[in-house]
Amino acid sequence: MDQMFVNIKAALVGLSDKVFPDWVGVLVSIAVSIVAIALLGPLIMMYLTLIERKVVARMQNRIGPNRVGKYGLLQPLADGVKMLIKEDIVPRNADKVLHLLAPILIVAPALLVFAVLPFGRNMTAVDLNVGILFFAAISSIGTIGIFMAAWGSNNKFSVLGGMRSVAQMISYEIPMVMSVVPVLLAVGSLSTNAIVEAQADWHWFVFTPWGFLGCVIFFLCGVAECNRSPFDLAEAESEIIAGFHTEYSGMKFALFYMAEFMSAFTISGMTTTLFLGGWQGPLLPSWLWFFLKTYGLIFIMLWFRATLPRLRVDQLMALAWKFLLPLSLVNIVATCIWHFLSDEAFFTPAAFLVPLALLVFSYWGLMKLNQPYMPEKRVYPLVD
Amino acid sequence: MFEKMRVKTKVIDSGKSGLDTQTLEVNVGPQHPSTHGVFRMTIVLDGEVVKSLRPVMGYLHRNHEQIAENITYSASMPYTDRLDYFNSMSNNQAWAMTVEQLAEVEIPDRAEYIRVIMSELTRLVNHVSVIGFLLNDMGAFFTPTLFAFREREKVLDVFEAVSGSRMMCNYLRFGGVNRDLTDDQLGQIKKIVADFPAFLDEFETLLAQNEIVCMRCQNVGVLPAELAINASITGPMLRASGVNYDIRKVDQYSVYDRFEFKIPLGEKGDVYDRYYVRMLEMRESLKILNQALEQIEPGPFMAPKVPACLKNPRNFKPPVGEAYGRVEAPKGELGFYVVSDGSKEPWRYHVRAPSFINLTVLEAMCIGYKLADAIVILGSIDIVLGEVDR
Repeated sequence: MDQMFVNIKAALVGLSDKVFPDWVGVLVSIAVSIVAIALLGPLIMMYLTLIERKVVARMQNRIGPNRVGKYGLLQPLADGVKMLIKEDIVPRNADKVLHLLAPILIVAPALLVFAVLPFGRNMTAVDLNVGILFFAAISSIGTIGIFMAAWGSNNKFSVLGGMRSVAQMISYEIPMVMSVVPVLLAVGSLSTNAIVEAQADWHWFVFTPWGFLGCVIFFLCGVAECNRSPFDLAEAESEIIAGFHTEYSGMKFALFYMAEFMSAFTISGMTTTLFLGGWQGPLLPSWLWFFLKTYGLIFIMLWFRATLPRLRVDQLMALAWKFLLPLSLVNIVATCIWHFLSDEAFFTPAAFLVPLALLVFSYWGLMKLNQPYMPEKRVYPLVD
Repeated sequence: MFEKMRVKTKVIDSGKSGLDTQTLEVNVGPQHPSTHGVFRMTIVLDGEVVKSLRPVMGYLHRNHEQIAENITYSASMPYTDRLDYFNSMSNNQAWAMTVEQLAEVEIPDRAEYIRVIMSELTRLVNHVSVIGFLLNDMGAFFTPTLFAFREREKVLDVFEAVSGSRMMCNYLRFGGVNRDLTDDQLGQIKKIVADFPAFLDEFETLLAQNEIVCMRCQNVGVLPAELAINASITGPMLRASGVNYDIRKVDQYSVYDRFEFKIPLGEKGDVYDRYYVRMLEMRESLKILNQALEQIEPGPFMAPKVPACLKNPRNFKPPVGEAYGRVEAPKGELGFYVVSDGSKEPWRYHVRAPSFINLTVLEAMCIGYKLADAIVILGSIDIVLGEVDR
């Protein structure tokens, strides 16, 4: 079971080796990985829409889609058909080239990131030795696509959304990458496979103080990166209608959603890989562990969406620059301390407590320095 | 023509920085997810900051006053439902009171109690909905709204049972109400009133101390008491600014003098106060409902058909004169001004619409805040376009 998908691929490659020369086998191997990812991405996106609608509906005393297929399972297909047959409207004054290119430029990087995600044991499509760097670099390309969409639409709401999006994504990129550094220090490799291997035997990084903090920062920044509530300012419905994709319809619009949901998945997958032990876990097949953890994180994202109001622009920026960034820098120091005190063992009391004390102290200090907004206590007199 | 559609920008002197910056004129509405209907605001933005805001009204204008001047008095009753379509019972009450004042009709006790019960239920419906919508404007993805609507449904069920319609009730008549409340319906209302505090507690736990809600609401859109009085703001908005003015206490109309209830006042007059004053008002409404349900006694629900307007409502010709009837509607002072020349139709009919008058201070509250705040401030005013544009 564990190696099911790996075996299928090996069988396909073996089959071609019997008939064709060696180099065809290499091509087949590449093609199988590409096809698997190109199918997996959209499939995940389609069912994420259904999961989101169902989960959020349940949190809101509703049932959610249940008309198309059993439990609404065919709803994504119906949505897809609807999106495909809708009219593709391009505003008259739009920059047609940018308007066309933007959705493609957003979807492509979202899909590319799947290449370095370790879905299970031996199930990384490309085991890059700079996997994390690749992830950070590729996932930030999406910003350009968003701004292209915003500018190309020639719509004021789009421009506002685009501006917000660029400011937000660049700000959140920094603490996000900084929060990965501790993991790289601990593992000594940028390869996603090596990171997961290093977390074998329940040595998940989330169980260390710096790992826990890193996990929280990385996940929060990731939520901001893929424009999800409560950081969904770039497409804040109640303020700027749909932000950068106001002027899109039909399949182009669907592509934006596809990119958003796929990056929600990759961010959760990356958090799993970096901090939650990736596909490591007892009994169940490794790929199932990966998907369980990832969907657990996605559930948290949906939970955010169903419960939290949106932050304002300045509050959002303050959170990134004044709080998350300094904290992630301190986290790097804490990791170094942990590394030297732990002496190769995963858990020693000194190695656990000293970084913990440092982090708690700096958290407290940052709260004091920032003076974050404290709800005012107010008195409401009841008069006659 | 294309030139006109382009993004219009103008260069302004940005002062200290020495950079050339541009303001952006954004047209929010009439088709926009959170202008609560077909309201339109022309906002000039400097970055995200509101520099000026011009409300544009009238997209839902349907000649309400002119129509009323061409139909009989009783035929206006269903039209008043459509003013503030969330609170048709309060609208009915204000109109009925005006005409009763004109024709000098005495109303039996039971009818007054039924009217009070209905208008306080309306207040519950209105306030839970507006808090839900306010949170929606803040970006909470419909959860508070749907929580609020779950409770609203129960009250609407009562309205449907007593009047036959969930929103356009058309329930009140000059001299009383259309139908009597049965014991079943009274029981239904008692159950709602008994269950409501639990919901309010839940709602308050979820929202009142939520950090994002507080960050977005507190000290945003402050309306000073002086400005509120000068602009003749009424209702929860005025009381959130700390002014003690509630028509139920000032006029003591209907049977409000028989109930023990308080008026909650706000401290600063910001969005948060407007939200919280409404929460407290609902608790006071529940007190009134409890007392009214206890005190209500069997009896006639319609005045004896002595006055002319009750004998033959369609040909009712009130004496020459004028009348102004007002109630504390959930949104503020709702008043009807009517001048009679002795014919079947009113000679002049005017509605003092609280939504419309409360909207006049929108710009003063929004300037200097961000675009996102302007939306929340608009949400906290609590407007219904049916009443603003009439």
